[in-house]
Amino acid sequence: MSPVSRREFFARGAAAGAGLVVAFYLPGCRSESGGGPFAPNAYLKISSDNKITVMVPRSEMGQGIRTALPMILAEELEADWKTIAIEQVGASTLYGSQQTGGSASVSSTWDPMRKAGAAARLMLVAAAAQEWGVEVSACKAEMGAVVHAGSQNRLSYGELADKAGKQAVPADPPLKQAGDYRLVGTRVARIDTPAKVRGAAEFGIDVCIPNMKYALLARCPVIGGKVASFDDGDAKKIAGVSFVGKIGDSAVAVVADSVWGAMQGRKALKVQWDEGPNTGLTSAKIMQSMRQASSGKGVTLYSRGDVAKAKGRKIEATYETPLMAHAPMEPGNCTASFRGGKCEVWAPTQDPQDCQKAIADALGVDVTQVTLHVTLMGGGFGRRLEHDYGVEAALVSKACSGPVKVIWTREDDMQNSPYRPATLHKLRAVLDGHGQAVSLVHRTIAPSINLQHGIALEDGVDPDLKDEASLIYSVPNALVEFVRAETPVPIAFMRSVYALDTAFASESFVDEMAAAAGKDPLAFRLQMLAKDEEIKFFQTVWQTARMRGVLQLAAEKAGWGKAAAGRHQGIACFGCFSSYAACVVEISMAKGKPKVERVVTALDCGQVVNPAILEQQQQGGTVFALANALRAQITVDKGRVVEENFDGYAPLRMSEVPVVEAYFVKSAETPTGAGEPPVPPVAPALGNAIYAATRKRVRVLPLVS
Amino acid sequence: MAEFALRVNGGDRKVDVAGNTPLLWVLRDTLAMTGTKFGCGAGLCGACTVLVDGAARRSCQTLVSQAVGKQITTIEGLGAASGSGGLHPLQQAWIDEEVPQCGYCQVGQIMQAAALLAKKPHPSDDEITNAMDGNLCRCGTYHRIRKAIHRAAGQSSDVAGGER
Repeated sequence: MSPVSRREFFARGAAAGAGLVVAFYLPGCRSESGGGPFAPNAYLKISSDNKITVMVPRSEMGQGIRTALPMILAEELEADWKTIAIEQVGASTLYGSQQTGGSASVSSTWDPMRKAGAAARLMLVAAAAQEWGVEVSACKAEMGAVVHAGSQNRLSYGELADKAGKQAVPADPPLKQAGDYRLVGTRVARIDTPAKVRGAAEFGIDVCIPNMKYALLARCPVIGGKVASFDDGDAKKIAGVSFVGKIGDSAVAVVADSVWGAMQGRKALKVQWDEGPNTGLTSAKIMQSMRQASSGKGVTLYSRGDVAKAKGRKIEATYETPLMAHAPMEPGNCTASFRGGKCEVWAPTQDPQDCQKAIADALGVDVTQVTLHVTLMGGGFGRRLEHDYGVEAALVSKACSGPVKVIWTREDDMQNSPYRPATLHKLRAVLDGHGQAVSLVHRTIAPSINLQHGIALEDGVDPDLKDEASLIYSVPNALVEFVRAETPVPIAFMRSVYALDTAFASESFVDEMAAAAGKDPLAFRLQMLAKDEEIKFFQTVWQTARMRGVLQLAAEKAGWGKAAAGRHQGIACFGCFSSYAACVVEISMAKGKPKVERVVTALDCGQVVNPAILEQQQQGGTVFALANALRAQITVDKGRVVEENFDGYAPLRMSEVPVVEAYFVKSAETPTGAGEPPVPPVAPALGNAIYAATRKRVRVLPLVS
Repeated sequence: MAEFALRVNGGDRKVDVAGNTPLLWVLRDTLAMTGTKFGCGAGLCGACTVLVDGAARRSCQTLVSQAVGKQITTIEGLGAASGSGGLHPLQQAWIDEEVPQCGYCQVGQIMQAAALLAKKPHPSDDEITNAMDGNLCRCGTYHRIRKAIHRAAGQSSDVAGGER
């Protein structure tokens, strides 16, 4: 299905290779001798009325990229931020992969956005110098204008736009040094806030096109089931219902002139399901199949020394994580209009090009016949990397011969989605006589999310694990393995993906090691990070010094070891998506249950583009992770998902959310991930706090079931 | 289908819909006022919150027939209803505190908070929590929602954090 794995995409993005650079300096994008706006590349347009439009080729789902990406370009352009507007790019061939995932939006656009801005600035300066008949070196760009030092002549970018369009496009413009940034690194207000608080922001579910109808689909409640037959007699009696028809093998669509009509129609529809082979599937059987696979042969993700030769005190433990649902606040939806072999689509999608291709394939048309607009998204968390909504909308539009918006109810989302996979982890360690770790083995047993999405394993390894299973401790003998165990459950990438699971297991187990060694959990970790070392895990080169840095930052800000009476602390750290994160969770216990009182989270993600947006990601990621740790669980019984809505699967509410203090390391290193890295340390830090309070080790998520 | 006369944001609106239609879908589909959001359809998340005679109501659980004869205020009319003509003080506070992330739940949060402030102009933390606990936010913006309510009420609150 997807031509590019997430891993491959991050690697490309991080390198910001020549392919991207060539791809974005498009001759066709330059304005020809006046008329149109100055558009030196596919990322930027400057019109003569001084309006600067930055094209945003990633999807906004709350993570702030509609602000952060233009900031990067505006920095190099020396633009006046007040004149910046954005344009959301739909599925395009001009920008390389537009997939919005893997916490890679900033890291993958960092170089192209900077170069786009810098190239345009040089062209504007050259145009001004030409206009005034002075040396380029005597002219300077500042706050959206070019100024001549000698004469103090000044022309705005808008005034220069026409002439700038006639300048040669510089191939490799020099970029600013971090010390000279005036926009990057500042708390610029988000572009999208005013419309959101006025209720004027248009999410996917708000799209309205002429003559549009609304569709709901009945899907088999049993995983993998299909439609045997259906009776639409009663459904068609509902006022406003205009079409009922089978869509693919496993759904029946009801189309009406209102959402409510479609809901009533679907309720009246009678479908006989061919429930298929999974009617006996339960959560217990899913975990049982993981256990059965756990002793099988695994593939090595990381190896150092020889774990078989390590001698000393042995400890071991097994950890489990359940299926979880993304449950973004905006339920699934997509609007499509199929006509004359062409399809126009308005999709809340994290991967416009892949969605476009999935739709084209489903319709049996060439991808060029599908125009896909990207809408604002009410959360994503990886759920909108899937194309079910988009494909359904296109097929229903074709079937009912008219424009249609497909809407999923919350129950549809909870019960018919792909989920974070359930995973099993077997860990063992050897401690020497001084309580030092001499050996650590972590075996992850899980299904391959990529493989289920048609993305090949790489030497037997799910590509995501290369970013999400790192071991960043100087243990002389270490082994990290992956055992693939497939189940019939549809699975998906969910915020931090495997890292949530691997970090819960490994960072809880490191705490077990510290306890067995009789050492303080922070001191024990710092001991394993004491030596400045580079640890290569596939393509990522981790530095123990940076991990030590975030761990100490979190500990210092939290007042590690100085919790008030009745409070208990737990600590954890983890690296994923090339960033380093640590967290201290402080709890109290009441009636045998933990209450999270305070969380301190620390992140090193290189150069920070917008500290206010980063803080949102750190705090929001922590709240998301607390919900996952405390009670997020999708249960399968008789092949069906048991949870239906926000009562059975309940995100945290205001009364349950503690103070979350977010800190980051000031750095001029290349930016790395921010949206996902704060997530993984939270569950183990919470479990470790529970251990500190009760001396009971939690080895199964959710922690409070 | 039947005709219902509604009073929405100070204006008279006639709609011809099935009597069991929730107000949510009348607002969104019939009146094209999409600021009010669908989140759960079961009164569990608060995304669809509007004011009915000044009280916060889940529009997904309020039938159109129950809304007849009452003053309905949605986000589209909240600023005007506050008498400022522009933004309601809560909307301004939401901007000043940069509350939204994805923003999907925020309209419901603002409507819920508006009902709170109308009753309690200077709410305590506990009063805020009690009033807002039915409104889910999956992005985890709760602490900024709290700060924004305090700000709109002319109070201050703060959380530590930032650059090392």
